[in-house]
Amino acid sequence: MAEKEEVKLLGIWASPFSRRIEMALKLKGIPYDYVEESLENKSPLLLALNPIHKKVPVLVHNGKPILESHVVLEYIDETWKHNPILPQDPFDRSKIRFFAKLVDEQIMNVGFTSMAKAEQKEREVLAEQTRELISYLEKELVGKDFFGGKSVGFLDLVAGSMIPFCMERGWEGMGLEVIKDDKFPEYKRWVKNLEKVEIVKDCIPPREKHIEHMNYMVKRIRSS
Amino acid sequence: MGESEEVKLLGTWYSPVVLRAKIALRLKSIDYVYVEEDLFSSKSELLLKSNPIYKKVPVLIHNNKPVSESLNIVEYIDETWNSSGPSILPSHPYDRALARFWSAFVDYKWFPAFRAAVITKSEDAKEKGMKEVEEGILQLEEAFVAISKGKPFFRGEAIGFMDICLGSFLVLLKAREKLKGEKLLDELKTPSLCKWADKFLSDETVRNVAPEIDKVAEFLGELEAKAHSAASKS
Repeated sequence: MAEKEEVKLLGIWASPFSRRIEMALKLKGIPYDYVEESLENKSPLLLALNPIHKKVPVLVHNGKPILESHVVLEYIDETWKHNPILPQDPFDRSKIRFFAKLVDEQIMNVGFTSMAKAEQKEREVLAEQTRELISYLEKELVGKDFFGGKSVGFLDLVAGSMIPFCMERGWEGMGLEVIKDDKFPEYKRWVKNLEKVEIVKDCIPPREKHIEHMNYMVKRIRSS
Repeated sequence: MGESEEVKLLGTWYSPVVLRAKIALRLKSIDYVYVEEDLFSSKSELLLKSNPIYKKVPVLIHNNKPVSESLNIVEYIDETWNSSGPSILPSHPYDRALARFWSAFVDYKWFPAFRAAVITKSEDAKEKGMKEVEEGILQLEEAFVAISKGKPFFRGEAIGFMDICLGSFLVLLKAREKLKGEKLLDELKTPSLCKWADKFLSDETVRNVAPEIDKVAEFLGELEAKAHSAASKS
């Protein structure tokens, strides 16, 4: 890519979906302009680039918008081929894509969206369901530093941005202990590994502010 | 791929998402064993073992390794048998991103809205839902015109990823049209998609694997009757 590259990312500091894109761009060493969007006050630029969903992240590469975080991650991986995020083997790729969807759909829905709407008793039930889902990820981590093996990959970025550095903050705000220490040793080990990776560390939203934000998101979900 | 390939597809004959896998396999001329699951009685051991998390079809089992989720399966087929048959996804990263974006739109926004509008008993919710469905169809019409650039399919001269993703629902839509008389694709509002729909359904590969619209209509009618009688008994 010798010619001038123009890369812009529209994101929100608290959004796991835009944080994971920042991680990917940093992993690939791609310089980019970051535009901070507001949930309540979306910019005309965002609305023009993503009229259908009106959401972040939006990656703009040489004027062309790419939307949906998984789509953006694959686009980044295909466009800048060094430091690959996805494995080479088609079966391994299919597993990664499968688990990435599990995180963003099932785990997020059960573990946050539904939990936000529920009352305390129901939340315990949902917490148990969330644990069951996370146990599938737990199995994948056995014998590995990261989902991507020796280094972070697609699923680390997706699950990392979503679970330890977003949902856990939400659970803390709700006064719930979902990930019980003794039940998820691989997960705990993985999070410690993630926290040591520069490009991940740089993209973790500040804790206290984030917990406050997640509490706000719970209120928002409950009132919708 | 010199060694002996064992490809198995677990599915149901009426499912649009299973059809996606069948089309992809056919495009690549892959020999496979098809296993019809009966989701109304008990799911097979093989299905429960191969897709323990969702327990759903389609599941592709390639040399004993299971792949689930229909679009995941289509990408897997495209990447694994990359030297046989046409490429299902376009080659340029931006075009691939468009295909993936619109297929996510179909699977996570448009079709769920359609299904919800169909199932709901509330007239209010049905009206609101169908408005969303119609809006989505118009967005898809626009997308088709932009992406196809005058060619018959999203992918161009031949069917590809986005065609398979949206096209797989056409049999279901036509079956509902037969059963209920409700037409979703309107020649006046979505002329390009209407032309595309005809071309897709008459495509040789699709015709070879798609279930018959009449049979699906009959099946939907039976499902509805069962649901009705179950509801009136409770």
